Amino acid sequence: MKIPDLTELALRNLRESLLRNSLTTIGISVGVASLVAMLSLGIGLQQLASRRLVKSGLFDTVMVTSHRDMRAMGRERDEGRSVPNPGESRLLDEPARVEIEHLPNVVEAYPDIRFSTELRYEDTPHLTMVSALPESAKSNDAFEGMPGSFFSSDTAPEVILQRTFAEELLGKTPPRGGEEPNVADLAKPLLGKELTLRYAQRATSPTPPSPPRADAPSSSDSNLAGAAYSVVSREQKVKVVGIADLDPESMRGPTRARVFLPLKLAESLHVMQLTDLREISRAASDQPVYSSISVRVKNPARIQIVEDAIKKMGFGTFSILDATRSLRQFFAVLDLFLGIFGSLALAVASIGIVNTLVMAILERRREIGIMKAIGASDGDVKKLFFAEAGAMGILGGIVGVALGWSIGQVINLGTNVYLKRQSLPPEHFWAVPWWLVATAIGFAFIVSLVSGLYPAGRAARLDPVQALRYE
Amino acid sequence: MGETVIRAVDGVSLQVRAGEFVALLGSSGSGKSSVLNLIAGLDRPTSGNVVVGDRDLAKLTREELAKYRLRVVGMVFQSFNLIASMTLAENVELPLRFAEVDRGQRQNQAREALERVGLRARMDHRPSELSGGEQQRAALARALINRPQLLLADEPTGNLDSHTGTEIMEMVRQFNRELGMTVVMVTHERALAERYAQRMVFLADGKLIDDRPNTPTLDGGRF
Repeated sequence: MKIPDLTELALRNLRESLLRNSLTTIGISVGVASLVAMLSLGIGLQQLASRRLVKSGLFDTVMVTSHRDMRAMGRERDEGRSVPNPGESRLLDEPARVEIEHLPNVVEAYPDIRFSTELRYEDTPHLTMVSALPESAKSNDAFEGMPGSFFSSDTAPEVILQRTFAEELLGKTPPRGGEEPNVADLAKPLLGKELTLRYAQRATSPTPPSPPRADAPSSSDSNLAGAAYSVVSREQKVKVVGIADLDPESMRGPTRARVFLPLKLAESLHVMQLTDLREISRAASDQPVYSSISVRVKNPARIQIVEDAIKKMGFGTFSILDATRSLRQFFAVLDLFLGIFGSLALAVASIGIVNTLVMAILERRREIGIMKAIGASDGDVKKLFFAEAGAMGILGGIVGVALGWSIGQVINLGTNVYLKRQSLPPEHFWAVPWWLVATAIGFAFIVSLVSGLYPAGRAARLDPVQALRYE
Repeated sequence: MGETVIRAVDGVSLQVRAGEFVALLGSSGSGKSSVLNLIAGLDRPTSGNVVVGDRDLAKLTREELAKYRLRVVGMVFQSFNLIASMTLAENVELPLRFAEVDRGQRQNQAREALERVGLRARMDHRPSELSGGEQQRAALARALINRPQLLLADEPTGNLDSHTGTEIMEMVRQFNRELGMTVVMVTHERALAERYAQRMVFLADGKLIDDRPNTPTLDGGRF
């Protein structure tokens, strides 16, 4: 029999015992719905977690260091790569940065400037880690919607403070486990205030100290004359423009600091960094040499390509993708378990299909006999029962996906009402991607066909003479 | 069922010529229906041969037997055996579905066949809405639709009153005459056989006891 004929006959037969077949189909729907609900919860949670990570600006970032640092971390052994010997390895300087920035798929490459320094607020010194932020960090989750604003320009003498540092400045450090003050409350007294940044400048020539700059008025004479440069103590006045509510412990890379400066401003300060001492013998006059560069990639999926390209240039790389591997593994296992639990209901439903079809054989014994008598082959009868099982599977699958989706929406809504009461932002942790819809319906179809195996075989083997005699 | 072997048909040797109208007569349990089922390919002999044309049905596979039933044989039964959930038209075109004939042609043929038995106007009715005679006419239309060489009828008038029974028999005779179909009819009514059959075969206890030619008393409609 042709497929359209089979489908037509199957649907007609399903309509004949409408109640029984509907109940069976609902059984499948519930099975599919539970599968869809479980899996979409798993997928939704995973998307939520990775969305957070992507927004944090870490997912699309590659850290580049000169090879020597990476070898110190023992990374070459893992990579099984030949290492250029230290003398030949490239310097991570401005030309290298520009070259990296021009690689395909790279959005920007900026040096990581991080230094430990002293900030004075109302004549009290506070020691902390300062790091430079590129303008692109503006769209970062942590700086979006914070009290205050992002830097007005890339060279503006402005700072953004991390929340705990703001607490420290105000002397409001909460006791452990105590209630944390609201970020907005912290921001009020601090926004617009001026802080004095004291730092060690690396001067290009030992003597005389570089002339004082307009925005860096005072300089002490405590020169630490090195072999190729000297260190000058300097001050810089900066204005507080924002308070960011990010957790320094959970962050990596450039955001792992408590005070943030605009990148160009930080560069112009020529703050002495640790690597300066190491690179000193190779440093070419006044070209800056960076300890590390952060490279932002257009698309997290392209990270590997960019990493490889940079490695080819002779630098070491590290990306957060390596670190999230275990996270992805966790979600794979979670999805598996949710899938197994979701499938249980479908397994129960498949028994319903077997039951319904076996009942149908008993009921339609005579009809099967007639069909065989007028020329239906065993295959025709078998296919007809398969078609009925399959139709119930597909119908159940479609209804089930809709049901599962609705359940998800309701739970999502309910949870968001709860989150709102706890004054937390609403989250979308329920996702039904199209492939899940297709897979669920396909899975229901296959499960139904498998359930139809036994009834269809039994119907096909029915002896027509016996069946026709049966009243 | 059980251990006892029941020989429904034993040592029956019968030869039917193409275009013949043969009546199988006997009381119930005589084995006449079993002979019909063997000819129809619904049953297989445990020993011996059933040869139709150049096919030995005993040697065909299940698949080939289904094809044989589909293409060579048309069957009508005492209880009509129409499928209750289908309209007459759908019942009549059902064999064509198994033969994988296209929908359009299928509908044309079904209409034609119903026309021939005078049920064109009832084609969209379900069997339960029709009289017994009409149902049997629909069953005849279904048996005809594949233009079989062989029409097998198992007590076709058994559930009908004498008037409608005559109507059905007239049609069978017509098919035999006009379409050249070989007819094998099982009946226990000797009078019916005498009126229509060219040959009468008597069975008892699974054995052939008599095989004699008959001049149909209704021949040519002269009666």
